[in-house]
Order: sequence, then C-alpha cells, then structure tokens
Amino acid sequence: MSDTLLEVREITKRFGGFVALNQVSLVVARGERLGLIGPNGSGKTTLINCIAGALPTDGGSIHFDGFDISGRAAHQRARLGIARSFQIPRPFHSMSNVENLVIPLEYAAGDRHGGNVDAEAREILARVGLSDRADKSCSGLTQVDMRRLELARALAARPTLLIVDEVMAGLAHAEVDEILAILQEINDQGITIVMIEHIMRAVMGFSQRIAVLDAGEKIADGDPESVVGDPRVERAYLGE
Amino acid sequence: MSHRTFFFVVLGLVLVSLGLTKAIENEYYFFAGYVILQYIVLATAWNILGGFTGYVNFGSAGFFAAGAYTTVAVVKWVDLPLLALIPLSGIVCGLIGLATGYLTLRLRGVYFAIATLALAIVLETIIANWEHVGGAAGAFVIRPKEVMFFDSYVEFLFWTMSLLAAIAVFAARYIQHSRFGRGLAAIRDDEGVAESMGVPTLKLKLMSTTISGALMGLAGAPFVYYVTYIDPPSAFNLEYAVNAVAMPMIGGPTSWLGPVIGAVLLGGAQQIATVTISSELNLLIVGIMLVVFVIVAPDGIVGLVRRLFSKDPRA
Repeated sequence: MSDTLLEVREITKRFGGFVALNQVSLVVARGERLGLIGPNGSGKTTLINCIAGALPTDGGSIHFDGFDISGRAAHQRARLGIARSFQIPRPFHSMSNVENLVIPLEYAAGDRHGGNVDAEAREILARVGLSDRADKSCSGLTQVDMRRLELARALAARPTLLIVDEVMAGLAHAEVDEILAILQEINDQGITIVMIEHIMRAVMGFSQRIAVLDAGEKIADGDPESVVGDPRVERAYLGE
Repeated sequence: MSHRTFFFVVLGLVLVSLGLTKAIENEYYFFAGYVILQYIVLATAWNILGGFTGYVNFGSAGFFAAGAYTTVAVVKWVDLPLLALIPLSGIVCGLIGLATGYLTLRLRGVYFAIATLALAIVLETIIANWEHVGGAAGAFVIRPKEVMFFDSYVEFLFWTMSLLAAIAVFAARYIQHSRFGRGLAAIRDDEGVAESMGVPTLKLKLMSTTISGALMGLAGAPFVYYVTYIDPPSAFNLEYAVNAVAMPMIGGPTSWLGPVIGAVLLGGAQQIATVTISSELNLLIVGIMLVVFVIVAPDGIVGLVRRLFSKDPRA
C-alpha cells in the first residue's frame, strides 16, 4: 500500500472552446487533509467533478488507490471509495433522512457496510447530530442541518476519500466550527479529506496542505503559510 | 406485511376471482371486470418506470398493442393456448422495453416522454404494414369453443387477467421494498446524486424499462381474445396511453398501491359511464379527474391519506 491515495495527472477539461482545467496535476496522500482554494470560476468544482466521475475529462488520467480510474463511471468510483458532498445540498427529497443514507450504504459502500443498514445509517446521523430527525422528511431541514445531511450521506458511502464542496458556505461562525469538528473527527478515523472552501479561517485552520487553482491552472501547492504568502496567489485573488 | 404474507393474500384474491366465475351468472360483470383488471396491470407496469423511476412513458399503448399483436402473430403461425402465449408477449415487450431504454434513456423529462410517444407511432406503422397480422385491415381470432373448468371464455379471460394483475402487483410491491426499488427512487429524486452514491443508474433504468415493458405486454396479450377482432387503431388506442398515466397519478405514483386504487376508481367509473351515459365520455372523465387531482392531491390518493394521518406536518 503506497502513501499516495489519489493522483491526478495533467487532466484537461474543456467546455466547448473554454478550457476549464488545463493540465492540472494533484497528489493527495493517504489520511491527508487537503484544502482546494481559488477565485470563483477557477475550476475547483470542475476538478472534483472530474475526480468523482460526474464529468468526463478531455485528457490526462486519474489514479485512485493504485488503479487508473479515468474510464470508470461515477458509481464505480463511489464504490471504490470516493465520496462527495454537493455545493448546493441535493438530498433525495422524497425520502426521510435515514432513507437518504440507506442509498449510499446499500450501493456505494457495498460490502464495506456491516450488514444492518438501518442501524448504521442512524449511527452516522448521530455522528453529525441529526439523530432526532432520522425519521423525518429531509425537506423540513434548516440550512445547517441540510449540510449535515450532505456530509452524513457522503460518509454513508464508507469512503476512503471524502471530497467536501463548500459544505460551510453561508453558515454562521459557530456552525462552521461544528462542521469543522465533525470533519476533524472523520479525518481522525483515517479518511482522507479534500475540502473546497471559501471561508479562509476554516480552510487555513483545517488543511495540512493547500492547492490553489486560478483560471483552470494550478498556481500553488504547499503548506498553508507559504501558499498565502505566494505572490501569484495574491495576484489571483486581488489582481495586480 | 411480509412478502410471504402478501403473496398468500394475492393468491387468495386470485382464488376468490375463480370462485366468482362460479357464483355470478351475468357475464357482463366479467366483461367489465376484465377491463378494470387489465388497467391494474397496465397502470402498475407504467408506474414501475413512471412512478418509481421518474421517467414518464406516453407510449404505453405501443407496448400494450405489441403484446396483443405478439399473440396474433404467433396464433396465425402456430396454434398455442392463451396461457402459453402470454409469457411470449411478456418477453417480446420486455425486449422492446430494453431497446427503448437503450435508445432513449439519455433523454430526460419531456424529451423522454416525446420519444416514447414516437415509439408507439413507429410500432403502429410497422403493424399496419405487416400482412401476416392483418395489416391495416385488422385480424380476426376465433376463440376456442370450450375451455376447461370455465362456463364461458369471458370468465376464463377474466380469471386470466386477475392472475396477471396479481403477478404485476406482487412484482411492483416487491420492487418497491427492495434495494432495486430504493435505487430507482434515488434516480427519480436526483439522478446525478444517485450515480455519485454508487447507484448504477443506467443498469437500473434499463431493468426498469424492461420490467415495465414486459408487464404492459402481459396486459395486452389476451386482448385479441377479448375483442376477437383487432386492428391498429383499436390496439394502439390513445385511451391506453392516457389511462396508464392518469391512473397511477390519481392513485399515487410513489407506491405500488397507487395504480391499483387509480385503476379501480377510474376504470370502474369508466365502465359505469359507458353503460349509463355514453362510451365517448370515458376520456372526459379521465381528463377532469386528472386536473382535479393534480391540483388537490399531487401525490395522489395514497399521498393524500399519508399527509392526513402523518404526525409530522412537513413529512
């Protein structure tokens, strides 16, 4: 077992004539907490869509756990252990909260779940603080609970790599801390986390390493202090 | 209720329907009952793709007619008993469903619905030009003079359709409470998210179109023996397509029970209207009820009852 969990090799993604990602490479180590930042439209979500398989790439390759997964469908990547949350919460709206978690447990987790799907789903809901709403419809959740459900559902896929896309956007200060604590606990259990986030306080405090995208290219990659001090990063955010 | 218990309930109902053929003299009841049972099969079949998976099929009449014409095509070639013909119609229509799935499932929403409508028209054109099954002129099929155990052929058809309804409803309920059914519900709610949660959406959708198509074929298989004369306009009638959509919508599309309730209510109302008022009024009844239900109870009767008895006002 190597130390590298995810390796993105020079992937390119075009939307028509627009180059959304230009030969981006990224390596994520097993157990690492990586922050992915960049101005709006820099390609962060596109990059994770390519990693998760929601979008096909136009070049380059993606390796996960030693396998080339470039040609695999999104559901196969989920089964291999890549889980994600969505920037705008997209719960299965006809289901209760616990039923929302049963889907990834039964499908993505496959034999990584223990057998009693219902009990496991409830246990995960308890971990994110939603146990009292387990049997309620997900349509009645508040914004912060909606984010918790997004996280819980990604966790129910029993991932080795968890990608969280702006899971804290729009939340209050205390709520951000709550979500950060949950994410830290998840990471302590050995799950690798890639976090896209605009809240600098959160991403700086949480990440061990930060990669910066700007206009589809990776312009910096390193420990948080050196990255924020990088003049190219400053230019990307603030202009000349 | 476990699947086992439900199986015996359904089996009991099939036996009751068998008993009815001995208890009731007036053949009209079986004539009308056949149509309602046929709609239970058709609506349940539609609901597996439309209600469970969220793909609206407007081509139900095409599948129904394909099932009916499979019977005609085989009977004109080799004389098999009806009970042997029915599974053949199921297989043929299952394959048509699979092919439709491959060709159209890249389309979503209204585009998928339009494609299924086109499929029915293509099938009708093929049948209208196929001499072996009578082409546009239609075909006659002679009912066997006698049928074992039953006093008349209509009673036999009624019982056969009750058996098919039992199979369809049992299958739908089984699917709804299975891992497969939960996967379909995830696709209905959000296909992209379902895929990212490990659901093999393409495979499940193909299974759904195949099962739905096969069950519609079953509903159509005995049709030609019911009417004895079949031509493309009667088999590909808009009525089937409209009812197959309206019945689950009125009953409640997310549950196996919805299409059953819808078919009994709407099918029953149509039969009564046909006798008491006029046979042309049928589609008007469907139209009015559909409008009323879409406004008053968008989740159908099942959804309405759930809402009334639910403790959580938001559930």
